[in-house]
Order: sequence, then C-alpha cells, then structure tokens
Amino acid sequence: MQKIGVFVCWCGTNISATVDVKKVVEEAKKISGVTFATDYQYMCSEIGQNMMKEAIKKNGLERIVIAECSPRMHESTFRTAAEEAGINPYLVEIANIREQCSWVHKNKAEGTEKAIALTKSAVAKVTLNTELFPGEVGVTKKALVIGGGIAGIQSALDIAEAGYKVDIVEKSPSIGGRMAQIDKTFPTLDCSACILTPKMVDAAKHPNITLHTYSEIEKISGYVGNFKVEIKKKARFIDEEKCIGCNVCTDKCPSKNADNEFEQSLSKRGAVYIPFAQAIPNVPVIDKEECIKLKTGKCGLCEIVCPANAIRFNQEDQIILEEYGAIVVATGFDIIDLDNFGEYQYDHPDVLTSLDFERLTNAGGPTQGKFVKLTNGERPKKLVFVQCVGSRDVSERGKEYCSKVCCMYTAKHAMLIKEKYPDTEVYVFYIDVRTPGKNFDEFHRRAVEKYSVNYIRGTVGKIFPHEDKLLVNAVDTLTGEMVKIDADMVVLAVATQARKGTTALKRKLGISTDINNFFTEAHSKLKPVETTSAGIFLSGACQGPKDIPETVSQSSAAAAKVLGILSKNKLVNNPCICEVDESTCSGCLACTKMCPYDAITEKHLEFYDERGTKRIKVVASVNEALCQGCGGCTVTCRSESIDLKGFTNQQILAEVDAICR
Amino acid sequence: MERIELGTTKNKEKIKELILITGEKINDCMQCGKCSAGCPAASQMDILPHQIIRYIQLGEWKKLIESKTLWICASCFACASRCPRDLDVAKLLEGMRVMILQEKNSKKIDIEKMGRLMTDEKMPQQAIVSAFRKYSK
Repeated sequence: MQKIGVFVCWCGTNISATVDVKKVVEEAKKISGVTFATDYQYMCSEIGQNMMKEAIKKNGLERIVIAECSPRMHESTFRTAAEEAGINPYLVEIANIREQCSWVHKNKAEGTEKAIALTKSAVAKVTLNTELFPGEVGVTKKALVIGGGIAGIQSALDIAEAGYKVDIVEKSPSIGGRMAQIDKTFPTLDCSACILTPKMVDAAKHPNITLHTYSEIEKISGYVGNFKVEIKKKARFIDEEKCIGCNVCTDKCPSKNADNEFEQSLSKRGAVYIPFAQAIPNVPVIDKEECIKLKTGKCGLCEIVCPANAIRFNQEDQIILEEYGAIVVATGFDIIDLDNFGEYQYDHPDVLTSLDFERLTNAGGPTQGKFVKLTNGERPKKLVFVQCVGSRDVSERGKEYCSKVCCMYTAKHAMLIKEKYPDTEVYVFYIDVRTPGKNFDEFHRRAVEKYSVNYIRGTVGKIFPHEDKLLVNAVDTLTGEMVKIDADMVVLAVATQARKGTTALKRKLGISTDINNFFTEAHSKLKPVETTSAGIFLSGACQGPKDIPETVSQSSAAAAKVLGILSKNKLVNNPCICEVDESTCSGCLACTKMCPYDAITEKHLEFYDERGTKRIKVVASVNEALCQGCGGCTVTCRSESIDLKGFTNQQILAEVDAICR
Repeated sequence: MERIELGTTKNKEKIKELILITGEKINDCMQCGKCSAGCPAASQMDILPHQIIRYIQLGEWKKLIESKTLWICASCFACASRCPRDLDVAKLLEGMRVMILQEKNSKKIDIEKMGRLMTDEKMPQQAIVSAFRKYSK
C-alpha cells in the first residue's frame, strides 16, 4: 500500500471562509492509503513547503495531494518541493478547492462537502500516478521575428544584442511599419522618423540580424527550440546585391498609376518603386501587376537606364528554409475600411482618416508637408476631427473595443495644426476622452487649455459636401444643442483592427486569436507575451490596440522570453504526452487526422507471422517533442490504444468514481 | 430647473414594459449622440433622441410621455441604422406611443378604418402592423 500525504491549505480566508478545513483533513485521514493529513494557513509559503518536505521524510510519504488553489498557480511549486524531498514530481496531485470550490460557493457546508469530494478524487488519481521523466531536446540558437515594424525591430535588436542570431521577415519591401508613416509621436511630439530610422539602420547593420523584406511565411513546422520555417522571398526583379539605390529606375519608369500604399493612396507611385525615402533596404521593387515589361513584354526602360545592371526580369519567387528556436509574432495592425460608413463621405478628397492626415502633414508626404485641401490646394480654416469612428461600435459596421490610441493622436493632430496655424478653428467630436498613461492626460488638457481646441462631447450625424465646404451636422450632448459646422476638412479617427492576413498566419503558427482576430496571449495578466504554443511570443498591436511606448515594452518582454529559450542548451519536455500501445493499435490512423500539432505519424512495424512470412503492421507513432498532451487522440482512438501519460483513462475514471462514491 | 430625484425603482414597471415591448437593451447606450446628430426631424423635437434614452435610463416616465418628440419622430430609422451600440431609438419611441395609446383607452384607431388600411396597396406593411398594435379594445 502506498503512503499518501494530504495537505489542506487555508489560503488565508480565501478557502477557510467557505470550507471547513479541519473537517477536510479529518475526512482525508479516513481515505484508504492516506497515512498523513494536515492543514496550514499558507501551504505555498516557505514554511508550508518545508512542512510538506519534513512530513515526506518523517512519515515516508510516497505520494502527495495538496488541496489548495488552481494547479495553474502552484502545481509547479509543489512538484519542485516534492522533487527536493526525493519524490518524483509527477506523484503530486492538486485538488483545486479554491477557484473550483471556495470561491464559487457561499454555503460553508456545501463548500466543505465539495472540498472533501475533490480531495478524495485527487487521492484516487494520485494512487494510479506513475513516475514520469521529462525528455530533452536541443535548441536552435536563432530566433525568427515576423513583422518589421517598431515591435519586430525592437524584439530583434534586443535578441541580437544578447548575442543571438535573429531573422526579421517583413511582408512589404521595407522595414519600418506603421511608425514610419507617422509624422510626430505623442506625448512628446518628437519626430517619428527621427527616432525610428536610427533603429531601422541598427537592425540592418547588426551582425546578428538578417532582414528578409518583401518576404512572407509560407509554412511552419516543428516545436519549441526546433521550428522549421519556409520563407517565401517574393521576386523583387532587382538584384539586391548589385542595386546601388540611385533611384534612376524609379524616376524613369513610365508606368506611374499605382496607388502609393505608403502614402495611404494619396499619391501615385511607379511600377518600380522604393516605398519611402528612408526605406531599408534601399532597394526598389518592381510591382509585377503594374510593370509594362512584365505585363506585355515591351518597355524595359529601367533595364536600359540602370547604371548598376541590377534589373532582373527573369527573377522568380524563392523559398528558403530556416530553423529557429523561438518565434516572435509582431504583425501590427490595419485600420477598418469605411465602406459601410456612408454618412462620413470618406470618398470625398477632403475627408481623411487620421493615418491619411499623418501623411498629408508629413514633410515627406504627398504635399511635401503643406497643409492644404486636396480638392483646391487651399489651407483649411476649419478643421473637424471625429473620434470613435467604428470603435466601441457593437453594430456590424464597427469594432466593439476601444482603439486606445485615437484620443491621443487626435489631440496631437489638433495641437500641431494650432501651433503652426493658430488662426485655424479646430473641433474635436468625442464620446469619452481616454488618456491614461504617463503624461497623457496633461497632453490632452494642453490641447484644450493652451491651444483652445474646441472639444465637443457628441458625435457627427452626417456630412454634406456643399460647394467647397463640408457641412457637418452634429450634436453637443452636454447642452443638448444640435450643432453645424461648415468645415474645410474632416479627419476621422478610424478603428484599428487585426491585420488582414491574421487568420492564415494563425493557422501556420498553430496559435489562437480572440473574437476580434487579435492574437491571444496565454494569460491576460501573468503571461501577456506568451501564446499557448511554447516558443511563440507576441509583441505589439497584433495582440490588441497599443501605442508605441507599450509596443516597445512588450517587444522587449517578448525578446526576454525568447532569450530564456535560446540561452538553454537543452529544453525539458513535458512528460505528460501520449503513448501508443502498439499491440492493440489497429492502424486506422484517425488520431493522425485529429492531432492539431501533427505529432502523430504512421509507423510500419515489421514482423514475421506464424508461417515465417514477413509482414508489415501499420501503427500510430507519437513524436514526443511535438506532442502537447492535449489528449485529443485518446478520445479519437477507437481501440483505446492511445493514452495520455499523467492523465490516463484509468486515472480519470478513478477520479470520477471517487466523486460519485 | 427642478431637481429630479434619482432611484433605480422609479417607474420600474413602465420601463420594464417598454423594454419588454421593444426588446431594446437601454443600458448599452453610451450617450454618444449619434442618433440626435443625424436625425432629420430633431429640429422640431423638444427632447433629442439621445436624451430620450437617458430619460428612460433615469426612469423619468412623465417627461417622456409628455414629450413632443414621440409624435415628431417619423420612424425613418436613420438613428437605428447608425447607432454604434445597436440600439433602436425609433423602436423605443414607437413602444412608448403604443403604451400611451393603449393606456388611455383612447380608441384613436377606428376599427372601421382598419379594414380599409389593409386593402390599400400603397400602405406600408409596417404601418398596418403598427396600427393594430395601437388598437385597444
């Protein structure tokens, strides 16, 4: 008979207020196999842990049950403590009598009854536990960062600085991302490019960083420490090694009708183009949808004028294979399109999104920074900002969440305009002003107090273009007055959203997204940069709306997590993985189809039958490094030939029996 | 201006009935004013659409049923189609009209005219259904 020890925790009053801890101990002592039971106010404290260790030694305990909070909190604490006392850590079971008992019950008698049942069930399980030993896998000492915006750049720089190799894969022709499009940053109003471009250069020059721009992730396989990634390097039609970035091709290209994505389509670009002046790498791309030579075979002017002989019309997309130990996802955000918001007349050239406005007021932008109306080139005298366009909108037109950055950038835009052109009338329609953050509310108040920006609590109902004006019909909800403004320009603070390719990337990575398609962190408080897949981390706005300071903090946090993996020579596996009983496996391979981690494959067993003929038996085989222990296969298996170690069918049924008894 | 007393039980039955009739989640409103800002009939109203919702939230039943707004609303549903919180003020106003007409036993709808309403092909179906709703025996 095994000697089982039961330790019941009070968790201060968290458990003891609704569970009679002493009674649980008393009942536990009656369970077959339990030779020792006691209680303590804080089992997780050092005193509590030592108490357990001493009891193990003194009473020769072989298996341990801790009735306490969720195993998510302290399972590892007690496993480690048990190991220190000489017991295999997998012979420790947790009965969750806090989250699943004391916190959800008000009646002490009921709470106590349930705590006893949960403790009995844990004892029943631990009786059947077996010693488990984690395996080891090697680590590829190199990281992958998906996305080359400020989030990706920061993560990559931190990893590279710590001495590890890191690759950045960026979809567009240059790194820089959204921050490169922005003119000034809040709350300091420093120039975005001035603080971003040095980081871009650092990333490009760092000996440990390799940039794969104009590239996309094609396929990801493997597991923490050993990811195998196929990267598609899209054809630039330009030899990156030879190109000297002289811009002769971009100047001479006769096809100049493509919308300039970087300029928010406010201007046109050529078929061969460099997205912006400070782009890295400073190598153009030929857009095959626009290039006359690639479409018709005629032209080729760039090839003739190129002084470096770098044009390669025969270049093709290339797939490269790389291996990584960890991955950072930093794919950023998009803004929603305004097709369903007809009342704002976004198709009118003087109605802009805030991102359009960034480009319009940027010295490198389509008007060289001249603040003018795109319709007639005149300087706007009355400017209207509308906040929460599609944000906090539960209808099918918008997004339910707050986009978080709009209050601040709208205050920024308003102040910048008032600073430069004090005679401009500026109105901001808001529902709530949300400016928590260091020096943020002071920033917003400055717009109101120092710059006399007219903040109006209410929103815009409809905009009517009339001659060269935009008639804005709105309401001031504080007075209940209907208001109208003959504006020259309207700027819409449009909701942010997850990048359009998120779903496809999510499937490749095997990670999850929330209801709004933002990548989900493993725990909203305690694991904010981890995903539920080991070795894959999140940084920046791909996880939820975020400003630059928050993005940079999270990026460094993700880098720290990556370094935690890369700095190890071996990674320890979770031993609670699946195991195939080859003698009963029928080889139907239903489990291989079910497994979300592609951890089960077909295996051929050779054997000789009674006549001495060589036969082959097909069975399922689990890759121990890939298996995440989800147990899906055990449910799928028709012959009950797969079991999850640590959670065998027998153990689970013993738990159920103990509760029902 | 008179001070109104706040209380969660104020006119609870009336508000409950209104919510039952309309199915609207009045707590979802965040008072952005989008409904009032775009309402084509608002210039004639004494209480603006967003204020109607606020008075419902406050349980100010008397102010609501005495308001001209109820009878000015043309049920064009511009408010409902643009509301970021998926609320329908026009529906709430219609609900209040129904409650007023039924309560007073006013017989504002003439049963003899109802038949004719239904045979008029140009009559919107919604108007016919609304008319039946307002009919009280």
